[in-house]
Amino acid sequence: MFASFMAGTWIAGSAVAVVAGVVGYFVVLRGETFAAHALPQGAFAGAAGAAVLGLSPVLGAGAFSLLGAVVIALLGRRGRHDVAAALALVLLLASGALFLGLSTSYAPEVFSLLFGQLLGVGLGDTPAIVAVSLACVLLAGALFRPLLAWSALGDASVVRGRRSAAVEAAFLVLLTLATTAAVPVVGAFLMFSLVSAPAAAVRLLARSPLVGVAGSVAVALGIVWASVALGYLTSWPIGFFVGAGGALSYGVARLVARVRS
Amino acid sequence: MTVLAGLVAPGFLSSGPVRVALALGGIVSLVSAPVGVLTVVRRQSFAGHALGDIGATGGAGAFLLGVSALWGFLASSAIAVGAFHVAGSRERRSRDIATGIVLGAALGVSALFLYLDANSTSTTGATMTVLFGSLFVVPPGTVPLVAGLGAVALVAVLVCFRPLLLAAVHPDVAAARGVRVRRVELGYLVALAVAVALSAMTIGAVLSTALLVGPSGAALRVTRRPGSAVALAAALGVVATFAGVLLAYDSYAWPPAQHGWPASFFVVVLLFVADLAAGLLAGRGRRRSARRRAG
Repeated sequence: MFASFMAGTWIAGSAVAVVAGVVGYFVVLRGETFAAHALPQGAFAGAAGAAVLGLSPVLGAGAFSLLGAVVIALLGRRGRHDVAAALALVLLLASGALFLGLSTSYAPEVFSLLFGQLLGVGLGDTPAIVAVSLACVLLAGALFRPLLAWSALGDASVVRGRRSAAVEAAFLVLLTLATTAAVPVVGAFLMFSLVSAPAAAVRLLARSPLVGVAGSVAVALGIVWASVALGYLTSWPIGFFVGAGGALSYGVARLVARVRS
Repeated sequence: MTVLAGLVAPGFLSSGPVRVALALGGIVSLVSAPVGVLTVVRRQSFAGHALGDIGATGGAGAFLLGVSALWGFLASSAIAVGAFHVAGSRERRSRDIATGIVLGAALGVSALFLYLDANSTSTTGATMTVLFGSLFVVPPGTVPLVAGLGAVALVAVLVCFRPLLLAAVHPDVAAARGVRVRRVELGYLVALAVAVALSAMTIGAVLSTALLVGPSGAALRVTRRPGSAVALAAALGVVATFAGVLLAYDSYAWPPAQHGWPASFFVVVLLFVADLAAGLLAGRGRRRSARRRAG
C-alpha cells in the first residue's frame, strides 16, 4: 500500500482532499451547488480532449473548467436559463465521451476520468496537482473574510455591487483550481461528493467558520485516505469509496445532529 | 434529391440496427414531449438531470444481472422519483446539497457495478453503453417493450396534463378549483420515470436530460401555447434523434477510420443548437413587438 508507485496517489490525494475541504466550506455555506456540479463535468471534457492530443489531463481539465467558470459568470449576470444550463452540461459530457471515443485509449480512460482511479495519477502529474492545490489554499486564506461574508449573506450581503462581483469571481477561480486538481484523481462524477459532503456534515455540527473549514478538511482527508487504502486492498474503483464515504459522513452527521437537538 | 442521396449512405434504411434505433428514437421523442414541457414549466430540469445520474446505477446493475438495461433504468428512476416525491418540499439550499450527496453515492455505486461488469464479462463496453448510450446495439426485441411502456406513460401524462399545467402555473387557482395536486402529480412522476428510462436507453443515462428537456425548452421559447409546444417538441425530438442516427451511421466513413462517432453526441449537439436558435428567434420576436409598441 505504501510502495513507491503509490507515492503519487497518496500525495495528490491528500492535496486534493485539503482543497476540497476548504472550497467545499464556501460551496455549502453559499449553497452554490450548480457551479460545483457543472465545473467537474467541463473538466471531464477537457481532460478527455487532452488525452486525445497526448497532453497532461491536468492541463485540459484546467483549461475547460476555466472556460466553464467564465460561462457560469456570464450566465449568472443575465439570469440563468434552466434548460440552457442543463443542455450545456450534457453537451460537455457528450464531447468528453466523443473525444475519448476518437482517441485510441477507449473505455478505461473514460472510466478513470469519470470515477477516479487509484493509479490514474502518475508521478508526473503530482507536482502540477500539488501546485494548483497550494495556489487554491493560499487564495482562500487571503480572501477568507470577504468570501465568508459573501457566502453566508448571499445576495443581501454588505459587499454589494462591484465588490460582490469580484468576490464571486474569486469564488469561481477557487472552484476552478479545486476542480483542476481533483478531477484527474477522484473523477468528474465524484468531485461534487468530495467537495460538498464533508463541509455539509461539519456544518450540521459546528457553526464557527474556522472549525468548519478545519473540520471539513479533516473529514475530506479521512474519506480520501480510506478510499485509497480500501481501493488498494479490494482493487475496486476509488470513486465508489469516495461516494459512499461522503454519504456516510453526511448521514452520520445528520443523525448526531438529530440526537443532540 | 442528390444532396439527400449524398447524406444517406447506402444501406441506411435497410439496416436492422438502424431501424431499431429510429423506432426507439421516435417513441422516446413522442413520450418526452409532453413530459418535458411539464418539466420545463415546473422548472425541474435539474431533477431530470439527477434522475439520469441515478439511472446509471440501475443500468450498470442490470448489466451485472444479465437483464436488459431498460429494466435497470426503469427501476432506479422509479425509486428516485418516489424519493423526490417524498422529499419534495424542503428548503432549497439544504435540499440541493443532500440531493447532490445522494447522487454522488449513486454514481459511486455505478462505478463499482461498471467495474464488476468489466471484470465479469471481460468487456469494457458497459461503461459507454450505460453512460453514453449505444443505439446501434439495442436488441430488436426491446422495441415492443419500449412501445408499450411509452404508451402507458403517454396516457398517464396526457390524462393529467391540464390539471398539472394549472397546478404548475397557478397553484392557488388549481387548489381553488379542487385539483388534487398530489394525485395528479403521481401521474406526472410515473410518466417522468418512464421517459427518463427510455431516454437513458436511447442516448445514455448521463445524457438523458438532453432528450427530456431539450426539445421542450426550445419549443417553449418559441410558443407559449401548451398544445403547440408539445407538438413542436415532439417534432424537434424526432428530427434530432433521426438526424443523430443518420450522422452516426455516416460517421463510420469519417476519420479516424473504423471509429463511428456516438449517435448520442450528435443528438445532444443538435438539441443544443436548436435551443440556441430558438432563443435567438424568441429574442428577435420580442424586440420586434417592443419596437412596434414603441412606434
